[in-house]
Parts: sequence; C-alpha cells; structure tokens
Amino acid sequence: MVSIKQDIRIGFYVCHCGHNIASMVDCPEVASYVEKLPGVVLSRDYKYMCSDPGQELIQKDIKEFDLNRVVVASCSPLLHEHTFRTAVAAGGLNPFFFHMVNIREHDSWVHTDRKEATAKAKALARAAIRRVAHHKALEVKQVPVNPDVLVVGGGIAGIHAALTLANAGKKVYLVEREPSIGGHMAKFDKTFPTLDCAACILTPKMSSVGAHENITLWSYSEVVKMDGYVGNYTVMVKRKARFINEDLCTGCQECVANCIYKEPKFTDEFNEGLGKRKPVYIPFPQATPQVVLIDPDVCLNFKRGVLTDKCKKTCVEACGDRKAIDFKQKEQFTEIKVGTIIVATGFQTFDAKRVLPYGYGVYPNVYTAMEVERLVNASGPTSGEVILRDGRQPKAIGIIHCVGSRDKKTNRWCSRVCCMYSMKLAHLLKEHTGAEIYNFYIDIRAPGKGYEEFYDKLNEEGVHFVRGRVGEVTDWGMTPEEEGKLVIRVEDTLAGFVRRIPVDMVVLATGLEPQADAQDVRRLFNMSCGTEGFFLERHPKLAPVNTFTDGIFIAGCCQGPRDIPDTVAQAGAAAAEAMVLIDKGHVEQEPNTAYVLPDCCGCKSCLPLCPYTAITFDEATKKAVINEALCKGCGTCVSSCPSGSIAQNLFEDEEVFSEIEGVLAD
Amino acid sequence: MKYSYFPGCSLKGLGRAYEESLLPVMKHLGVELQELDDWNCCGATAYMAVDEVKACVLAARNLALAEKSGLNQVMAPCAACYLVLNKAKHYFHDYPAMKATMDRALNAVGLHYSGDTPVRHPLDILLNDVGLEAIKQKVEKPLKGLKVATYYGCQIVRPYATFDDQYNPTTMDRLMEALGATLVHYPLKTKCCGGSLTGTLPEAGIRLVYILLNEAKKRGADCIATVCPLCQFNLDGYHSQLKAQYGDVLVPTVYFTQLMGLAFGLSDKELGLNRVAVPFKWRPPLPAAATPVPA
Amino acid sequence: MVKSMTTPPATKKATVPTRSSDRPNVQRPGEESVPIMKMRPTIKYEADRVRGFGREIMSVPGCEQLQSCIQCGTCSGVCPLSIYMDHTPRQVMALTRADFKNEVLRSRTIWLCASCYACTVECPQEIRITDIMYELKQRAILEGIFPKRFPIPILAYDFSEMVKKNGRITEMILVIKLFMKTSWLAALGNWRLGIDLIKTGRFSLVTEKIKHHGDIARMMDAVDDQKGS
Repeated sequence: MVSIKQDIRIGFYVCHCGHNIASMVDCPEVASYVEKLPGVVLSRDYKYMCSDPGQELIQKDIKEFDLNRVVVASCSPLLHEHTFRTAVAAGGLNPFFFHMVNIREHDSWVHTDRKEATAKAKALARAAIRRVAHHKALEVKQVPVNPDVLVVGGGIAGIHAALTLANAGKKVYLVEREPSIGGHMAKFDKTFPTLDCAACILTPKMSSVGAHENITLWSYSEVVKMDGYVGNYTVMVKRKARFINEDLCTGCQECVANCIYKEPKFTDEFNEGLGKRKPVYIPFPQATPQVVLIDPDVCLNFKRGVLTDKCKKTCVEACGDRKAIDFKQKEQFTEIKVGTIIVATGFQTFDAKRVLPYGYGVYPNVYTAMEVERLVNASGPTSGEVILRDGRQPKAIGIIHCVGSRDKKTNRWCSRVCCMYSMKLAHLLKEHTGAEIYNFYIDIRAPGKGYEEFYDKLNEEGVHFVRGRVGEVTDWGMTPEEEGKLVIRVEDTLAGFVRRIPVDMVVLATGLEPQADAQDVRRLFNMSCGTEGFFLERHPKLAPVNTFTDGIFIAGCCQGPRDIPDTVAQAGAAAAEAMVLIDKGHVEQEPNTAYVLPDCCGCKSCLPLCPYTAITFDEATKKAVINEALCKGCGTCVSSCPSGSIAQNLFEDEEVFSEIEGVLAD
Repeated sequence: MKYSYFPGCSLKGLGRAYEESLLPVMKHLGVELQELDDWNCCGATAYMAVDEVKACVLAARNLALAEKSGLNQVMAPCAACYLVLNKAKHYFHDYPAMKATMDRALNAVGLHYSGDTPVRHPLDILLNDVGLEAIKQKVEKPLKGLKVATYYGCQIVRPYATFDDQYNPTTMDRLMEALGATLVHYPLKTKCCGGSLTGTLPEAGIRLVYILLNEAKKRGADCIATVCPLCQFNLDGYHSQLKAQYGDVLVPTVYFTQLMGLAFGLSDKELGLNRVAVPFKWRPPLPAAATPVPA
Repeated sequence: MVKSMTTPPATKKATVPTRSSDRPNVQRPGEESVPIMKMRPTIKYEADRVRGFGREIMSVPGCEQLQSCIQCGTCSGVCPLSIYMDHTPRQVMALTRADFKNEVLRSRTIWLCASCYACTVECPQEIRITDIMYELKQRAILEGIFPKRFPIPILAYDFSEMVKKNGRITEMILVIKLFMKTSWLAALGNWRLGIDLIKTGRFSLVTEKIKHHGDIARMMDAVDDQKGS
C-alpha cells in the first residue's frame, strides 16, 4: 500500500471521448476504481472533457474541492495537453500540476477486448495518480524575440517571403548565394499554365526587393555560421568578393563592353553553358542588384584566382570616375542578429548525364529542359531561335518525361512539375519551330488549377503524347529516314506496339533534387531532412513550413519539388509563421528541460551527446551548463550522465519510477 | 599471374578458335592458365529455363572445384559462362535459401563453396592485371589500318558489369587501340545478337544478326571483334541466309584474342583463323624495319 | 416573281454492284460460308484468373519486385525481340501479376526472350524481368504448354539431360538431336552451315564427358530432396 503525502488532493477525470474511448473502456468503472486510490479526492467520468463544459468542470472542481493536482485520462497529450493545462491554470492551479493519460491511442484504439482495455486504463490511471503527486510547480519560460528576420535564398520563395515581411514593417536580411536574386525562375521563358513570361512577373518583385527600405539585400553571399535559439539567432554571413564596389557601380556595363576580351569566351552559367560571357559580366540583363562582377578564375588580372595585376585593365579605364572596380576587394564576414530565419534555398536539377541510355553529353542534340528554357528565351544565347548545337533547326522533337524521377536507380520520387513544364516546352517549341513534337510519358500529372485544361490545349495543338517510358536514344538508323537522326525506341503502351521515332532534338525532362550542399545547409540551421534529402517539415499536413527547430522555417523547393503557385503560397505561410513570433514578441518554452545537479563532476560526457547543442562547459565552475532555451527535453543527457547528475523537469526520477510502479502494481 | 581456366563446353566445341587463340596469347603475356580439373557445363541459358536452383548448383560445382584447386581466381572467357558463374555467386550471397540448397548439393559430392571466388573475364585480367603497357610492349606487328568494330554483346555487361561500364564499355576498345588498330564508332556494341534464337526462331534471330552486321558495314568496319563464342557463331555462321535475305552485309567476325595474336606475330594456324566461315583475309602490314631493301 | 421552289438536288442513287466479282465478301452459290469478320470475344472474367499464380512467380528469389511494376513500358522499349512478341514484356508482367496464367504461358513472348537482360538493367523499379521470363519458361515446360516439336523447350530439356548424364554438352550432337526431334526440313535447310562447320573443323561428334559425371546426378537429387519433390 503506497502512501501519498498528506496534502496531495487529486482530481481525476476520465473522458468517454464520445465512442472513441467508451466503446472499448468501461469509463464509469475506471472512475469508481480510481476514486478509491490514495490521494484522490474526486473521480469523475464525462463525455467530452475537452469541451467547454468539461474544462469549466475542472476549474469549478479545483476551487470547490481545493484540488492541488489534476489528472485527465483521455486522448493523446499532443492534442489536448495544452487545453487542459490552460483550464487548470484558469482554475487557479499551476498548469504543471496537471498530468494527462492517453487511454485512447494507447488503449481503446488498440484493443479489441473490453475487459483487457479497461484493466489497462485502470493501470495507466493508477500510474498517473502516483506520478502526479510528485509534480512540482513549474513556470513557462518567456524568451524575447528579435524582430529582424533572415531569409536565406533569393529565389521566388525567398523574394516573396522577404517582401511580405518587409511590407509588414519587419526588417529583413535577404542572403543569396548567386550574384543576383531570381533563382531558377529567372531562367524560365514562360510559366505554366498561363504562359506568363517568367521574367515579366518576377522582375517587378526583384526590383521591389532591391528598392525596399526594410530589406537588406546581400547577394553573392552565404551564411557560414548560425548560433542561438528561437528569437535570438546570431548569424555570420560571408560576403564574397565581386571585385566591384556595389555602392559605386551603376550597372552601366561599360566595363563589360571594354573588357580586354573583345569576344565572350567563357562558359555562361546562367545560360546553362549554351552561351559565353566575359570575365567581367552581369549574370542576366534584369539582375538585381544591377551590378557586374568579375570572375577571378578567368580574368586576366588574376592567375588561378590570385591577383597578379598584369592586365591592362581597360575595364577600370571605362569605369572612369565611378571608380567602382576594386581588384583588392576581399571577402568579408558580417555578423547579424535575427529572431527568425526562413530557409528558401531551392533545388538543383537532376544531372542528365546519370541516365546513360539517353545520351546526354554524348549526342550533341540532346538537351535538358533548363537548356531549352534558355534556348527559347528571347534574352537567351540564341535570342529565342531554336538552333541546335550542330546548327540545324529541328523538324521533330522528342520530350522524354521522368528523367531522374520515379526511378529506383536515380530518384524515387515524382518531381511534380516536369509533366507540366514538358507540356509548356512542347507548346513553346511548336510555336518557335512548327516541328512535330512528341511527349513520352508514364503518367500525365496535371493536378493544379488550369493544368488539365493546359493538357487539353496541347492535345488540340497536335502535340503527340505517347505513353511509354523511353528505353534508349540511339544514333543509328534502320531505315533511310532514320539516318542522321536521333532515334527514340519506345513502346506505345496505349496503342500496343513498339515504335521507332526519328527526331532531330531530344529534350530530357530532368527532375528536381535537393541542392548539392543540402546536407551542409541543414546542419548549419539545425534542421532535419527526409530520406530523399529535402528539408523536413514538422508535420507534412499541418505544419509544412515549420521545422523541428523553433524559429526556423522552410519554404519552396528546398522542402520538396513544387511549382511556383505552391512555392509562393509556402513563402507567404513561412512569413506568416515568422510574424507570429515577431508580433507576439516573446516565445513560451515548455519547461521540460534538463538541468545539471550540483554533484556534476565535469566529465563532459554529456556535451557531444546533445542533438540541440544546448550543453556547454563552464570553465569557471568546471561543470556542465544546460541552456534552457535550447534544451528540448529529449532526455539523452539525463540517461547518459555516468553519475546521474542531470535531472529533467517533468521527468524527475521519482516521477518516472512512481509511474512504473503504478503500472506494475496490482 | 596464375588463374584457374574455365573454358566451358563451347570453347571445346564450336568456339574452339577462341581457346586456340586465347591460350598462346596468354602464354605470350606470361599469364599462366591451369584448366580447371573436371569442370562441368555451366548450364548457360538453357538450364536456367529448366530450373534456376539446379543451374546455380551446377555452376557452383565449378567454383567449388576452383577453390579446391587452390587457384581461386577463375578466368571464364565464354560470356555465357561468365554470366552464369557470376549469377550463381550473387544468388549464393543474396538469397539464404538458395545458399542452403547449394551448400547441401555440394556437400552431397564432397565439395564446398565459400562464396568468395572471383569470376573474371579475360578483358578484365588483360587490362587490370596485365596492363596495357605490358601488352603494347609485346606488339610486334601493329594492326595499323585495321578498322575494328568492337562488339561486347550482352552477357559481359548485363546484368553484372563488374569491370566495365554497362552502357558504354571500353575495355576492348582500349585494347584494340593498344594493338594499333583504328576503332570504328559502333553504337550497337552491347546490343543482343539473338543468342540461341538464330537456330530455334531464325526469323527473329537472323534479323538481329543482320542489324549488327549492317551497321558495322555502314560504318566501314573491316572486322568485328567479339568476346562470346555464340556471338561469333551468329555473326559469322549464317552468311548464306543473310546473303539470300538481305544482300551483301558480311563483315568478318573474329575473336579479340585472334587479333591480339596477330599483333603479337603469332601464326594463323596457332590462332585458329582458318575456322571463321566468313574469311578474314586482312593481315597486319610488316613493320618498317622488315621492308626488304631493293637490291 | 421569286422562285421559291428550287429544283431539289439530284439524288445520287446507291449503286448495287451487279457482278459477283464486285462483291468479294458475299457468298456465292455453292461456296462454303466465308466469314467477313472472325468474331472472337476478348473479354476476361475473374474465373479466367488462376489465383495465386502471380504470387507464386513472385516468391521465386529475385522476382519479388514485380509487385511494384508501374507499367511504364521501358522493358518493351529496349527489348530487341519485343517487335515479334504477341504480348510485350510489359504486358506479360501485367498478366502475370494479375494471375492470367493461361494467357501468359501460351504467349510467344517467353520463348522469344533471348535473356539479354536489357530490360532488367533499365527497369525503374528494378524488377528482374529476365528471371521472371525464365520462371515462366520453366512453368510452361513443366506443364507442357508449347506447340509440338517446338525447338526451345526441347533444346532446354535435352541440354539439361545431357549435362546431367555427362557433365558437359557436345554442341553438334545436341543440335542434330534437336533437328531430328523438331524439323528435318530445317536441318536440311542448314546444310550449308553444316558444310562450313566441317570445313572449319568445328564439327565434332565426340561426346564430352567429365570424370565424375555421377556427381551431377547426385547434386540434382540433393536439390530435389531439399525441395521435397
């Protein structure tokens, strides 16, 4: 017979939860059983404890019966622990004198025998009664939130999030790795399904970012270090050397025109390698900031990236009075303090070389979708003329879907946008060339608004859709009309036979992948990622922009492949979530944190174990110290301390052991 | 360098030219081959069509014999044998139930297979163990001017591509270049020749052979170099049917070892060059030093 | 005065062919009934399925992935023989998974497979299609579902018997036996090939036999014992 301290007065409530619990657990029986347990002053069963009347009942009882502990046996704490703690607090009692028992997910929903279910409910209730007696009064911590926001990534997601927050009056730092913001969207020609010109809808937003008084735009910069906790992040940003003084450069591009290289010679990354640029260049005409930069790997004034100063520097001459070129510029490190961070680092396209049968990199006229975007773009390397690498104009084009998607050998997932962009490219290519266009697909995925209608439109335009995953693209012919062409051999599964289709150009609809450095980035920001490598959201349905680290949000393709409408929606959502924290001004922390007891011997075993880097070593006292704000109460350090010198609020030894005893008793 | 040599039934039968050219070439390079004592048929594709468990057991006996002999690296020149032996090895490692059956069957005849014996193709051994430099040194009559289409067939690259790329293998290509030959771009280098279908379902099989020969001819190849006795037989043996049905598409088909032997200066007879049905008359030009000075 | 009545357009009278040669599909007196369109319903009922067949095939080591087939058609696209098949490899996969045993074992596909493994290496779901084809071949041979005098199963069976007896095969003997059992005409048609083989010294009728040829039978028996068959 266990004894409970004399002054413990427990109120116990068992919820029917409609039929959810009552159908399998005999609630009145549990209530009457618990009534007899030591320490229990009252024991009730009620249909819906979480409802208003239910909560009011608790508040009334606390006052009337002078309860100092409350236990509710109902559903999962994940759902209503907060509800009941609030009710208990409203009744005048410290909310942490409340304990919740899950007799729904843990009991009623997993049993088929009423007797067994009821016995388990009794055992769980018994355990809770014993435990709650040991509960201590705890205070929810409040941590102030710095109102500034860091947005990492200047694609459409980052741009939209930054503008939303800036328009709400928040100060935003937008850090972008490339020399200009715009991301992948800046490379597109037209966007589906409306065929809006990507640059036309993007550049106004880019300009707003550049001009906004609340946005500090740091392009050609990267985050290198992040420390801190929600509301109080300290971030180190590396500003890479452009060798141009951003404040002095007017974007006139006289330096480019007067570069010692008369003709562009070097691979133009923005144009996917299809065009050339000079060592001093602006990535694309609408770049924001409208500032040039110098590539030290190819500029004659450098050798292997090191300044030699051997060039005539006709660019400096052309710049004249503006004096914007600074060859001695070094990369700079700046530290900023923000309260919330939105990570919108986007995606990378699948490397088509990995699918050898399609011949990318082997046959010159096999292109990736992104290359075609630049090809058909009026500001692209061929001014929008579809001219192949060997100079020809295509009369037949094959677009192969699912390259690097839906494939166990490369990426298992569906990249979501490829069917739509393949159709868009089919339309654009047909418009530009009048060629016969074939789309080779496994399934047509057109789920968005106006997407199915777009597919209709393509069918009406006479684009051929062949259902069959292409096996191989070859350059040998079996008939005279196949000579000199790329032959696509595919089973037309709907028609029921194999076909050989000679084309001039093959377009590979490459899938979306996490960025190459996604693992480094996620570790930098203390985020998790899924098995595919995309950043992990807190809940796939109910919290798609939150991460498991409070104060850090994700938006856009870095979380998973998605189209522009969804990306913008997510960016807005992330901005809203950040605003919740900023406008509230403070954050409440669950007090289930671990704390170090005085008998810590300073062995430092716990330091590397903390997944949240919350433990540090105080050199002065030679003891471990836990940062309450960072601690998430995982319990790793508590269980691993060799001398048992770490305890955890809400999971003290007495609390846990009494719970175990309670379950095993009887 | 000493290896257990697994010829397979074909190299003693229809493919004897392969063995005839392989043995002197290996000897010339200092590679010692010891024919596996009492080796049995690997089962090839036919046994797989009857019972894959028994087929693996059949193959495993050879691997167990190799282990018993102490020379535990097996050279399997025949592409089908190479595939089947590797397949048995994979099944042994990947499927415990298979492994148990194979163990039991081998035990019944007093043998044991550990699962470790590597099964290697001569191309693998030539390029990785002997090395192209050593081979170049032995070349006395470079195959200058010979346009070769290298044909690997399917079995040494699919499904187990242990020593070369699955889609674009280059080991034989590099070997031919080391011998001084000129390579012809041959995109069909791993396309199936039809296998046994040329005999059983000729309408389908012969057409596949035609496609291979036609493309080689179009690209100007003087000969096709093969690694598989069945591929060589198919490309070489059906010339009368091909001629009747498709016209003149004949390209001489030889084993890569025969070309190696020619480059090393070995005799026709030694290399079994008289055994090809479509005659291969090209011979390497005499090296400059041997040109007789006019009197 | 407005002409309200216009002459109706001359109606084109349907001409009925008069000569029998103009009516090729019509039965002439004294002729047997000539069907215009041979009617053969292709509907399949659930009773046509042999339940458990798909699972049986998938239980063979290596064939489990068939469950994940998305019917993309890559296998048929790369298969060099698919153009001759009545059911493409993709269709055979669908039929097998759906338990249509009779249709699958009666298809030409399983005999046309040259086991070149092109399908297996390209399949995005990593299904071992070639091994499934081998399985289906085995089932068809076991149940005797193939045309009389069909060379492939006969070859497979004779091959295995020769190996079991001698430990090795003698190609020429095997081939001659095959021709004798299937088609004398085909044998004669290949006379040129035979001459070539004799001329090039590859025609050997000496039986290849290993020393411990009894081993093979013993091993095979041990396998059968394990299987409990």
